[in-house]
Amino acid sequence: MELSGAKILIESLKHEGVEYIFGVNGGAAMPIFDALYDHPDVKLIMMRHEQGASHAADGYARATGKVGVTLATSGPGATNLVTGIATAFMDSIPMVAITGQVFTHLMGNDAFQECDVIGVTRPVCKHSYLIKSGDEVAEVVAEAFHIASTGRPGPVVVDFAKDAQIHESLFRYPEKVNIRSYKPKVDGHPRQIAKAVELIHNAERPIIYAGGGVTLANASEELRELATKTGIPITVTLMGLGAFPETHPLAMEMPGMHGSCCANYAFTDSDLVIAVGARFDDRVTGDLTKFASRAKKIHIDIDASCIGKNVPVDVPIVGDAKRVLTEMNRLVHRVDIEPWMRQINEWKEQYPFEYQQKGDKIMPQYVIEQIYDLYSDAIVVGDVGQHQMWAAQYFKFTEPRQWLNSGGLGTMGFSLPAAIGAQIGCPDQTVVNINGDGSYIMTIQELVPAITMKLPLKIFIINNMYLGMVRQWQELFHQKRYAAVDYHDNPDFAQLAEAFGATGIRVERIEDVRPALEKAKGVDDGPVVIDFIVDEEENVFPMVPAGAGLGDVIRGLA
Amino acid sequence: MTEERHIFSVLVENRFGVLARIAGLFSGRGFNIDSLNVAETDDPAVSHMTIVTHGDAQIIEQIYKHLNKLIDVIKVIDLTLENHVEREIVLIKVHAEPQRRGEILQIVEIFRAHTVDVGPDSLIIEVTGDEGKLKAAIDLLRPYGIQELVRTGKIAIMRGVTR
Repeated sequence: MELSGAKILIESLKHEGVEYIFGVNGGAAMPIFDALYDHPDVKLIMMRHEQGASHAADGYARATGKVGVTLATSGPGATNLVTGIATAFMDSIPMVAITGQVFTHLMGNDAFQECDVIGVTRPVCKHSYLIKSGDEVAEVVAEAFHIASTGRPGPVVVDFAKDAQIHESLFRYPEKVNIRSYKPKVDGHPRQIAKAVELIHNAERPIIYAGGGVTLANASEELRELATKTGIPITVTLMGLGAFPETHPLAMEMPGMHGSCCANYAFTDSDLVIAVGARFDDRVTGDLTKFASRAKKIHIDIDASCIGKNVPVDVPIVGDAKRVLTEMNRLVHRVDIEPWMRQINEWKEQYPFEYQQKGDKIMPQYVIEQIYDLYSDAIVVGDVGQHQMWAAQYFKFTEPRQWLNSGGLGTMGFSLPAAIGAQIGCPDQTVVNINGDGSYIMTIQELVPAITMKLPLKIFIINNMYLGMVRQWQELFHQKRYAAVDYHDNPDFAQLAEAFGATGIRVERIEDVRPALEKAKGVDDGPVVIDFIVDEEENVFPMVPAGAGLGDVIRGLA
Repeated sequence: MTEERHIFSVLVENRFGVLARIAGLFSGRGFNIDSLNVAETDDPAVSHMTIVTHGDAQIIEQIYKHLNKLIDVIKVIDLTLENHVEREIVLIKVHAEPQRRGEILQIVEIFRAHTVDVGPDSLIIEVTGDEGKLKAAIDLLRPYGIQELVRTGKIAIMRGVTR
């Protein structure tokens, strides 16, 4: 049977197991939205801004491990997606972003709402396709999903000309995808694995450094086995939190700029770093010349270009983390590192994450502690800024895909729409959105679809009336010149939530924090927004200043 | 680390946008392109690129890995590490008054170059060869007055059996 290109697209998505598409309608994508209008299996989640749609698809992908799908029209619709595509790209999230494009005969003519989307998105996506004819659709979709979800995952852009959406052709979905130029290497080289195991067995001060790649490879079980079988202490990055339970005795918590002193000192003193699905990001390593300078490095990554990019590596292993760790776990045994463990435990005891209560102010860390106490099983979606770091420090994540945040691009505004995607993907789980006052207002419009769909999101705003992280840097490095960070003109977020149609609660006193969080638990017919008015000038510590070595961590202001 | 010149031979799918992806990779990551040559191979579905670049060992490794990472790239060979042949063509429009033509044509002869066009007071000369030969020819012609010069950029191929 002949179908329009738009219908072939939707049938192809169905073949890929897609249940939800997050999108915003517009002229050049109308045939696609029309094909979705009464489709029984593929449902459209109507967002209010394309950036929100892309983050929602991203949050869905992070929470479920499936490919997230976002859909927008040409021109401004497509450019609004770019931040979401770049966010997914930096964190290696599998996503397919579909954009309408003007008629092929108008392309290149500066037509109404025309934009060279392939050109604009080229540096921020894994791959891209331009569909100019209806009979290319099925093959492009099959390839796009294959590329997005295999190897190092990432977003794939599919730009779809309007005449190709309308043009009818025969629908046949390819049974197999075979791209001769794309064959990701998944099995680690046995000799390299053997070398790694030998280094592990001979190390005196080894640490495991695991990142988001472990979660992406669904390898957290294997990671747990490696740590517990060898008895090697482990630090998990912001992107990997939950891949190893923070409550485990071997856990040293997050490393890097706002990581634990223990993890950072352990890097500095270690003689072997076993990196798994982590990319030696500058926020983790600090000054590279001082980073783990006494340690040999084993680096397991599916992306060969990640290995040796920032740090010279002694044993590179290109492969899928799950497969490589499975092989390694067969060969490793317990290592005798008792003095090293004593040192690690001493650091842990001596330098836990801690804060000082200031008078009767609500301390942001206290709010996070209370959230953790009441919502320890929830999926937590963090935004970007101080609250993100406090959430990473004070919420003890125990499961992979429990903590979702924009770690690489650091996209403010990510969390509310991403929480919507997570809730759609995991309807039986509680989804908590920990947001900042600055980031919340960047995508606040997405409260509308959350209310319409009666999603029981718990939206907790850590409101310090500042762009807090920037203010902190200004306090420490710019002589307290608080340029363009004062957000005291914020609206009353509780009243605003009520105006949208959600439940809004404003909390200004310590004794109201816990009751409000408890009350939020009972709200299940839609989102609840709690605006926590916290101490305005609290800083995130510990802190390794940009450009300093991990050993030069500032533990707090005297 | 010391900088070295490397020649990459890159087979790519002959598809819309491939050149932009390669060029974007170099510009986006701050790698250098000294010359770039693209054309169809014997198989019209495949194009061949010869990319001359430079950088220290770490940069060259990154270039190699990032080229391989592009979906449309079929194969990358660092020819610098292999026994290979390289060639480049240069077209030189040189000022040539009738009385000096003889001298110029002698140079053309010595370099086994060709005169491809004759004008009232200029000649267009085509020289094919490796970098050293081209440089020598250009240096000898310069005193006559080079009006315009166009190079193809290097093309290169591995000697012996293709793996």
